[in-house]
Amino acid sequence: MRHVVIVALFVLTMTFLVYTGLNALNPLPTQAATQAVVVDRMFHLEFIAIAFLFSLITVPLVYSLIVFRRRPGDTGVGRHIEGNIKLELLWTIIPLITVIAFSYMGAQALGDTLRVDPQALQVKVTGFQWAWRFEYPDYGITSNALYLPVNRQVLLRLESPDVIHSFWVPEFRVKQDVVPGRETQLRITPTTIGEYTVRCAELCGVSHAYMRSPVVVVSQEDFDAWVAEKQEESTEATGPDAGRGQKLYETLGCKACHSVDGSEGVGPTWKGLFGSEVELDDGSVVVADEAFLAESIREPGAAIVAGFAEGTMPSYALEESQIADLIAFIESLK
Amino acid sequence: MKKILSIGLVRGLVFQMIGTLIGALLVTAVRAAMGLSAFSARTFGFTEPAWVFGGFVGVLAFVYGTRVLDDWIAWARGEDTPEHREDEPGWRKYFSPSLDHKVIGIQYTVTSLLLLSVGGLFALIFRTELAASGLQFLSLKMYNTLMSLHGIIMIVSILLGIAGVMNYLVPLMIGAPDMAFPRLNAFSFWVAPPAAVLLLSSLALGGFDTGWTGYPPLSARAPLGMQMFFLGVWVAGWSSILGALNLIATVLRMRAKGMTAFRMPIFVWAAVATSLIALTATQLIGLSFQLVMFQRLFGMGFFDPAKGGNPILFQHLFWFYSHPAVYVFVLPGLGLISELLPVFVRKPLFGYRWVAMSSLGIALVGFLVWAHHMFTSGMNEYLRVPFMYSTLLVAVPTGVKFFSWVATLWEGKIELPTPMLFTLGAIVAFLMGGLSGPPNAIVATDLHLHDTYFIVGHFHDTMFGGYIFPFFAAIYYWFPKATGRRLNEKLGKWHFWLMTPSFLVLTMGMMRIGLLGMRRRIADYDPALGFDLTHTVLTVAAFLIAISVLIFFYNIYITLRKGEVVTGNVWNSRSPEWQVPSPMPAHNYDRPIEVVGEPYDYSLPDAPYVRFAE
Repeated sequence: MRHVVIVALFVLTMTFLVYTGLNALNPLPTQAATQAVVVDRMFHLEFIAIAFLFSLITVPLVYSLIVFRRRPGDTGVGRHIEGNIKLELLWTIIPLITVIAFSYMGAQALGDTLRVDPQALQVKVTGFQWAWRFEYPDYGITSNALYLPVNRQVLLRLESPDVIHSFWVPEFRVKQDVVPGRETQLRITPTTIGEYTVRCAELCGVSHAYMRSPVVVVSQEDFDAWVAEKQEESTEATGPDAGRGQKLYETLGCKACHSVDGSEGVGPTWKGLFGSEVELDDGSVVVADEAFLAESIREPGAAIVAGFAEGTMPSYALEESQIADLIAFIESLK
Repeated sequence: MKKILSIGLVRGLVFQMIGTLIGALLVTAVRAAMGLSAFSARTFGFTEPAWVFGGFVGVLAFVYGTRVLDDWIAWARGEDTPEHREDEPGWRKYFSPSLDHKVIGIQYTVTSLLLLSVGGLFALIFRTELAASGLQFLSLKMYNTLMSLHGIIMIVSILLGIAGVMNYLVPLMIGAPDMAFPRLNAFSFWVAPPAAVLLLSSLALGGFDTGWTGYPPLSARAPLGMQMFFLGVWVAGWSSILGALNLIATVLRMRAKGMTAFRMPIFVWAAVATSLIALTATQLIGLSFQLVMFQRLFGMGFFDPAKGGNPILFQHLFWFYSHPAVYVFVLPGLGLISELLPVFVRKPLFGYRWVAMSSLGIALVGFLVWAHHMFTSGMNEYLRVPFMYSTLLVAVPTGVKFFSWVATLWEGKIELPTPMLFTLGAIVAFLMGGLSGPPNAIVATDLHLHDTYFIVGHFHDTMFGGYIFPFFAAIYYWFPKATGRRLNEKLGKWHFWLMTPSFLVLTMGMMRIGLLGMRRRIADYDPALGFDLTHTVLTVAAFLIAISVLIFFYNIYITLRKGEVVTGNVWNSRSPEWQVPSPMPAHNYDRPIEVVGEPYDYSLPDAPYVRFAE
């Protein structure tokens, strides 16, 4: 009995120490959305349970190793205990009740992260190999960064033209896969102004590690200003422009596979590409002129450059002017 | 030359090469006759269908070449063959088909250790790459291939390892002369090496970049190596299914007189539970991979949304095996913990019956939880809640095991030789895995944790605690039984004390950065996240584990050469296999055994468990 009391005291002390230690480590990223508050509340309940269970097993284990260790010269045997029905029932039923309670709380928390605000801002998010694109149907603008007004729920409508991706901003906690052939949804209510990053969480091929885009949470006024600026920009576009092409190169994800300095990549380099002769995998040779490049962007499978794999590049549904901008940029890379 | 070709393994490999070539040429000829492209520069000469069919024929040729089918072929012809076949003396018997379950057990175990080293080497390579942000020496593609291969090679090696331990121990523990179907047993083993060759060949055939989960549509457009991966897993599945069938039949039919269900050693319970899962679930992973193979080969759009297919369907099929599979991996390990604790504590296993039932409980509930891998996948939102309930339910029988282990230690006379150290290490590592599990099971927190390094840490804790630590414990414990020599204690302790702290640092570090936003399966990470230092520490820890395993291999080498010779009951065990001299004779017990007591009454020295018939 003396042993049990000592162990019980140690278990309580240890639980307190482990839980305090876990918290002192700042185990979670900054909290920047109402959904994150819900998730973190659940995390802290779990931390308490983990600290207690960790202590409940390790304390008697270490205690036994010290106190019940065979002393030199001792040839005896352990105490004959085959089991204890009451104890065994207890350590089946109490955990059973605990897990049901946690499931119930977990379901409540899940429900809280899904709460619908009918006034939510809608953004259509396209995840593709290997970048993100954001369309604001209410404002008729498209962006490579996700701008969000603070304290207003946003409904992300996620789509993928190629493989499965996953939308995750750690500061918002919640995560949702992007599945080709259908739309999935995610609701986030940002609460803190700042810059974050959305990273693809589902392995999506070669450049998965680099599939990320900025997420910027701003005040409503700043958001309105950004929208106005964007709308102006899209009406301004006239004639192909290598500068805009370079921006597209960096934000659309072309950069992940096509180098501009002649170094090897997943796809052919763009340096000196324009106007050069290119050998295709069926043995034919073509000149990389405007028409060829435009076709390769729209329909990457139509012609494959020798030595590169088919099916690596997704087709990009770009506007005519954007394709012209990209070609102008390629042309500038002598 | 002729002497070398008389070795089954060598003949199998030669046959596999020739078979692959014949199969590939056959398809190439048919394609040429049909007017389809016969060769392809992109897929290493042959076309993809030619490679896949060639790989399949290669496996058949390997199995045929080893002569493991010879008896069956003779029977089909109406010829008779002797029931027993004596093995060659010495080491040569291990490289050719044998019908002795102990030889097959060692074949499995050694193959497992080899693959474990290969998988571990892959991990060291990409772990070194991750030591700092930025790309050091691997390409993105190579990283993905190594990371994916590490996963599947380790899984196959674990399956082979548990098959090895179960094959070696179960007939000995139940007092049987061999497994129920010795020829099927040999066949189950000999389909595994060609499967391993297929898996490794993917490295040379363009690799694959999907992780071991092989989700389409990514896997439908991955390089040729993907198909070799699918085919390799498909073939390895046969090994698992047939081995499980054999084991269940053996335990049901071949127990010694007096060995009622609740007088079986606890490891046998675990082996039955794990075999029930392997027998009934493995088909699903084979099937799901086969569907993607056919999608690629024949354009069948099972998972292709453009053809009305559903990518999420694959995930359901895949996890319906692959979740229960983790219980296939850990149940035998947990059984080993329960088996070894009483020996070194000198008192009964606390609540034997409830522990036995908890294995079956885990096996049963394990079938109802698969969709917890899909909480963020976009499957029906409300379906997530019942799967959260069922998943957390697994914690109950798992908890029963932990409480029983602690209660077994309580008021015992604890000794700490190497096997016991690894048993305790297993409990601690599995505890870390067990405690980091529920946050993934609870949907709200899993939304944050899914696909992060936290999962990687959690999973490695369960695999090391549930399999690696117990596997080492078993090897240290039964090595004298198999070889008549005892592994060096001093080296064993070095192995343990180097591996355990390094391992705990490794997985806790993984979980820490995972919580903070480190994704899994990435070759490079943003230096702005500030993970560089942690990753360096993790890499050092991984190398320390590798060094400890090298010490273990050195220990085996030196012990086989000049280790302490022991023929008696080294650990003073009550189990029947220790009541006869080591190494075990070819047909196990020359006199039938009879069970006359409880298996774990270590605290009652005058109450034996078994006795030999006069």
